[in-house]
Amino acid sequence: MDQATLRFVIQLGIIGLTFFMLINASAALVLAERKIMGFMQQRYGPYLVGPHGILQPLADILKLLFKEELRPKDADKWLFTLAPIISVTAAFAAFAPVPWGAETTFGGLLDMPVKLGVADVNVAVMVVFAITSMGVYGIVLAGWSSNSKYSLLGGLRSSAQMISYELAYATALASVIMLAGSLSLREVVDAQDGFWFGFIPRWYVFLQPIGFLIYAIAGVAETNRAPFDFPEAEQELVAGYNTEYSSVRFALFPQAEYINMTTMAAVATDLYLGGWHGIPILDQWGLGWLWFLAKVGFILFAYIWIRWTVPRYRYDQLMQFGWKWLFPAAVLNLIATAAFVLYFNA
Amino acid sequence: MIPLGNYLVVSAILFAIGTAGVFLRRNLITILLSIEIMLNAVNLSFVAFGRWQGTVDGQIITFFVMTVAAAEAAVGLAIVIALFRHRESLNPDAFTSLKW
Amino acid sequence: MPDTVLFYVFSAVAVGASLLVIGQRNPMYSIMLLIASFGALSALYIQLDAPFVAMAQIIVYAGAIMVLFLFVVMLLNAPHEDAALWDRTHPLRRPGVSRFGAMLAVLLIVQLVWALLRVSDARAAVGERGDVAELTSVRTVGRVLFTDYMFAFEATSVLILVAMVGAVVLAAREDRR
Repeated sequence: MDQATLRFVIQLGIIGLTFFMLINASAALVLAERKIMGFMQQRYGPYLVGPHGILQPLADILKLLFKEELRPKDADKWLFTLAPIISVTAAFAAFAPVPWGAETTFGGLLDMPVKLGVADVNVAVMVVFAITSMGVYGIVLAGWSSNSKYSLLGGLRSSAQMISYELAYATALASVIMLAGSLSLREVVDAQDGFWFGFIPRWYVFLQPIGFLIYAIAGVAETNRAPFDFPEAEQELVAGYNTEYSSVRFALFPQAEYINMTTMAAVATDLYLGGWHGIPILDQWGLGWLWFLAKVGFILFAYIWIRWTVPRYRYDQLMQFGWKWLFPAAVLNLIATAAFVLYFNA
Repeated sequence: MIPLGNYLVVSAILFAIGTAGVFLRRNLITILLSIEIMLNAVNLSFVAFGRWQGTVDGQIITFFVMTVAAAEAAVGLAIVIALFRHRESLNPDAFTSLKW
Repeated sequence: MPDTVLFYVFSAVAVGASLLVIGQRNPMYSIMLLIASFGALSALYIQLDAPFVAMAQIIVYAGAIMVLFLFVVMLLNAPHEDAALWDRTHPLRRPGVSRFGAMLAVLLIVQLVWALLRVSDARAAVGERGDVAELTSVRTVGRVLFTDYMFAFEATSVLILVAMVGAVVLAAREDRR
């Protein structure tokens, strides 16, 4: 096989592997959430299906597949089915520009190194932001097309929350872009290579601690996770925008939520935690992606940790916090970063 | 390589569709959507000309057109909401008080 | 060759979706079709070596302006069946008038296309001049935006502020009990 076809096949393989890993990530997160929730509440969590409950996600998916597909009679036929499709498509597509490993030649198999990641776009940060902002449509259409008051209220509140926290999210992103000087995620990661004083890695989280905090809070709010999950809280709005959904259409919504979490965690790792850099030995052997996985796993654990530790925000508190505290803090962070960059580059 | 004329023809067709929408539809929201189609047609021809010229000026003017379109959509929709509260209707023919 | 095929595919999607937008009775469907049209236009911008504008199109138009339209349509909840009735009883919608109007529109498009294709510059390929690496870099866009077009940039920011204030004032409820 000549180099061109081998390259093509390997790149297809990388795309397939990324997709496969994302699907497995959502399944693993289903189990991880319930086990970690259980351990935090001093109980075991799922325990019976498979050794230590490992096959629980499989059981959940089989159960959902065999349920009856309901659609309310007055629900809008096209939009009712389109909404979960938009949600899950946006969730998967948002991971496409995110790089998860350094360039590698697979130990000399290829002449030219291939980049580990689905696509390397020079405006990758904007692409991720654009596609996550398309995910709002899934929720708002789900709420509207269900033709039910709980769904409509939940959908409107969820989408208003998502578009409000997009501002703080984008401003925190802009601060990192200023430090790195490029919109390409791969270049942002490569700018965090190396060490200060020999042992502190040059991650942007040390240069932008407030920015990282803002990004983390906005990321949690964007994915509608606790403590910002009022619109889908069981005690408040039945189940919010996905009240009327069942079986496969329903299963797509939590899957979209978990994939969004994974994308946010991956982008946070690339922007603030140095991506796959940090352990020189792994970088040398081309195994930086293992360290990347570890960091993403840690952030996902933090997501679940926050959910089961902190009480939920009320909706108006949530919106006030987003507009009155988080967005001004993000703007001040941006101005401070701009001053810092000007001073040290002049 | 695609000739410049192709992009301009697509832009012209989109502009004509937008104009037809503004004239033919009797729903305020659809009229505003047709205006957005027209603005997008213009954006396309700006970017095509900018690329043909080899400069980024086309992209920058498009950036401004998008911003103005956003502002116009916001104000237009606010007006639609105010009108709807008054007359409970989205038909432009229901608002004929200024006609002589 | 694949460039040309992609161009025709995306143009067909953009034009077809726009035609459906103005033909739909339900404004929700119109909005979703317009989002599809914007996506196709964004792909055309990428083909024209303008990735920044393409992503700005998705973020601003498809992601923000259309969400605004969607919210307004949902909150107003105007019955869309009446629009069809008004369409049919409108004096401009009699068959003779509609057909004459459609003929004029087709004539306009034919004239525009004929004029555009006669210009010799219009037959030049679009990707010849200019340095692609420089055009696609956001750094260039930023530099030109903040130097040559600085005044327009500041004026636009004032415009957005005015639009925000205006929208809030116009949509506010009048009765203050």
